[in-house]
Amino acid sequence: MWAYVGRRLLLAIPTLLGASIIVFAMVHLAPGDPLSAVMPIDASKADIEAARHRYGFDRPLPVQYLHWLGRVVQGDLGKSISTRRPVLQDVTAALKNSLVLAVSASLLSFGLGIALGLLAAFWQGRVLDKLMSAVAIVGVSVPHYWAGIILIIFFSVQLNWLPAMGASAEGGAVEYLRHMVLPTIALALIPLGVLTRVVRSAALDILAQEFVLALRAKGLRRARVFAHVVKNAAPQILTVLGLQFGFQLGGSVLVETVFSWPGTGYLMNLAIFQRDLPVLQGVILVLATFFVLLNLAVDLAQTLVDPRIARH
Amino acid sequence: MRRFITVATCLVSLVALASAAAAQGTLRVGMTASDIPYSGGQPDNGFEGFRFVGYQLYEPLIAWDLTRSDRPAPLVPGLAESWDVRKDQPTKWTFKLRRNVKFHDGSPFNADAVVFTWESIKKQDAPHFDTYGSAQVTPRLASLKAIRKLDDYTVEIETNNPTSFVPYQVCYMLIVSPTQWQKVRDWRKFAEQPSGTGPFRLTKLVPRERLELEAFKDYWDPKRRAKVDKIVFLPMPEPTTRLAALRSGQVDWIEVPPPDAIPQLKGAGFQIVTNTYPHNWTHTLRLDKEPWNNKLVRKAANYAVDRVGICKSLLNDTCTPATGVTYKGHPWFGRPKETYEYNPAKAKDLLRQAGFDASKKPVKPVHLISTSGSGQMLPLAMNELVQKNLREVGIDIDLQPVEWNALTQRFRLGFKGENEGMNAWNISFNFQEPWSAFGRFFYSKSVVPVSLNTMPYINPEVDKLLDEAAQTFDIGRQNEILAKLHEIIVDDAPWIFIVHDLNPRVLSPKVKGFVPPQSWFVDLTSVSVGK
Repeated sequence: MWAYVGRRLLLAIPTLLGASIIVFAMVHLAPGDPLSAVMPIDASKADIEAARHRYGFDRPLPVQYLHWLGRVVQGDLGKSISTRRPVLQDVTAALKNSLVLAVSASLLSFGLGIALGLLAAFWQGRVLDKLMSAVAIVGVSVPHYWAGIILIIFFSVQLNWLPAMGASAEGGAVEYLRHMVLPTIALALIPLGVLTRVVRSAALDILAQEFVLALRAKGLRRARVFAHVVKNAAPQILTVLGLQFGFQLGGSVLVETVFSWPGTGYLMNLAIFQRDLPVLQGVILVLATFFVLLNLAVDLAQTLVDPRIARH
Repeated sequence: MRRFITVATCLVSLVALASAAAAQGTLRVGMTASDIPYSGGQPDNGFEGFRFVGYQLYEPLIAWDLTRSDRPAPLVPGLAESWDVRKDQPTKWTFKLRRNVKFHDGSPFNADAVVFTWESIKKQDAPHFDTYGSAQVTPRLASLKAIRKLDDYTVEIETNNPTSFVPYQVCYMLIVSPTQWQKVRDWRKFAEQPSGTGPFRLTKLVPRERLELEAFKDYWDPKRRAKVDKIVFLPMPEPTTRLAALRSGQVDWIEVPPPDAIPQLKGAGFQIVTNTYPHNWTHTLRLDKEPWNNKLVRKAANYAVDRVGICKSLLNDTCTPATGVTYKGHPWFGRPKETYEYNPAKAKDLLRQAGFDASKKPVKPVHLISTSGSGQMLPLAMNELVQKNLREVGIDIDLQPVEWNALTQRFRLGFKGENEGMNAWNISFNFQEPWSAFGRFFYSKSVVPVSLNTMPYINPEVDKLLDEAAQTFDIGRQNEILAKLHEIIVDDAPWIFIVHDLNPRVLSPKVKGFVPPQSWFVDLTSVSVGK
């Protein structure tokens, strides 16, 4: 198994390289440049050229890329163009906030999604199933940024119960938790919908298999049958959980922007508009690494749950 | 289920109660910037950086008087008590510095601090050279050549050539504490623990999240000691986020609300604060190519735009019609012959005189506009109205929206290269001082890439008046010359003058004592926050 882990980690290297090359190329293909965002509009051509030289933007693109890569290998993600802070520091802080949000939204959506999905499967065709399917469809189809705005209007503006934006203020843990509530709900909507549907169909597949009939024929109680079904559906559900967790971490740009939540998505959004290349590269690299590790972890967890899926 | 609901309700109310106990005497401001402006002395983020960070933490030798609403903010003594240009050598200015002024770190302000600041901006080999801050402020100090200490409380500023615009540049150089810099010896660290002489000092900086200032108790001017204990600035680039934060009570003050939210905010008891200030939103025309090389066509366009309609129906009175670079009542407005009220019949007539006809020879220029951007108001909706107005008289503009960053980059290049097929750009500008109002756009020596005369506008008479204004050290007389210059520009119509923004901001009913000046900057010392 360790050989498998090693091989997977080695395979991660070309994946990360590919991701960084694509980001690098895309930023340079887009119109605009990083210095436009930081230099005043009155800056003379000479000032801009001097800055361009200082940041190394006057060198050929491959050279710029290799230079960046050389430093990354040594653990230096460079400095932000617009803030001059070390990228690693900004990305770490943002990642912490995003992780908190991703974990809370995952707990909410995974817990609810699995429960709703299983309930729907066991009561297939009944009112409960119809209701759960409706919840799932709403979750999958309502844009989460829109849901975020509605949540803000209702809970922040009308009722004044919860803060509308930002992460922490003064006031410690309680304040931080209060700031988390609305973005967590908004972010949990899509995975909730996806999971409910996946879990329902996975459970239905297994319920339709003959061994379930055999279990029932043997006179097993409903709860025991339920346990067998869950165990058999687990590998498939795990794959979806892994993917969804990854999506919540990397794909929360819109939710984080609506709530000004200072996570990686928000940081990435700012970096794109400011063409802050080092920050953008740093975020993508860290997120891509996270994705690779997460997929590996899911694969290994599948083996643990179901030894039939061997990893060599 | 019922028990669950009860528990949930109790929990939510507890949490809500905990939040109600916010600190008193604290002003919380939602900015439009996406990050905390640079606090290490010379700010970034344009004038918003000066407004909320620069001029609150630091002071220049010559400051803006922001205490009145009824006139454009004039310059007044700041850290310098007086200044004078030498009669025998008009490139040399003597500044008498204020005594008994302390930096936030307790060290005294004196001539050494002025020279130290100058070196941090200009002396590239100095250990305290601030690469980033220097890039921000250098374009604003274009005429300054050297600063020398004459004695502890006198400095001499030397300029490249004799110019009366010096005070309008000195006001952007913010004086930093050499003592504090020696302590940290790094500008990034200095930005986290800065020290200026301003009415507020920094207490907490969380990058991209919040900036906290507190009143500086030892501030030198008793009239401008801060009334609030604390100010918190929060970056909120999204207008809807700012609106929600204000309405939910997270902040007491927001910059630039979405215009369509204004009636609702008024109804809810919020204060909508507006005032004219030096801002214009225009189309800068290309003058070396058809159709805008014809003055009659340019005038026609200026008569075709329904400015009142834009301000009333689209922007809910957060702008006012612009019929020149500056606005009526401004000392540089003068008495232009052309008044540019909404007159489509006159516009059609002018077009006919110019030899254009909607059916036979239509006017089809291409205008580059932004999708959004700092100070750009609502570029898409406003431009669609302009387009509709112009189409009604026979000018069919093709709007090409690009993202803000790309637009500013292309603007700096002028109508060359990828901009070759363009006929105008829509970018808003400030006219805070003579150079930014006229010099950078209408001076023949400012043609791109030197400065921002992209059109290019070449008029020897305007050149002469600009030179004359720069040589006139009496402000009253200088204003008269600039008014004459403005009259010529309005008549030449090198721009389609459209609107002046009114700098809308919304304050909660608790905020008292704010005076909106005719300026990009604000005085926050007079503001208090009630219960």
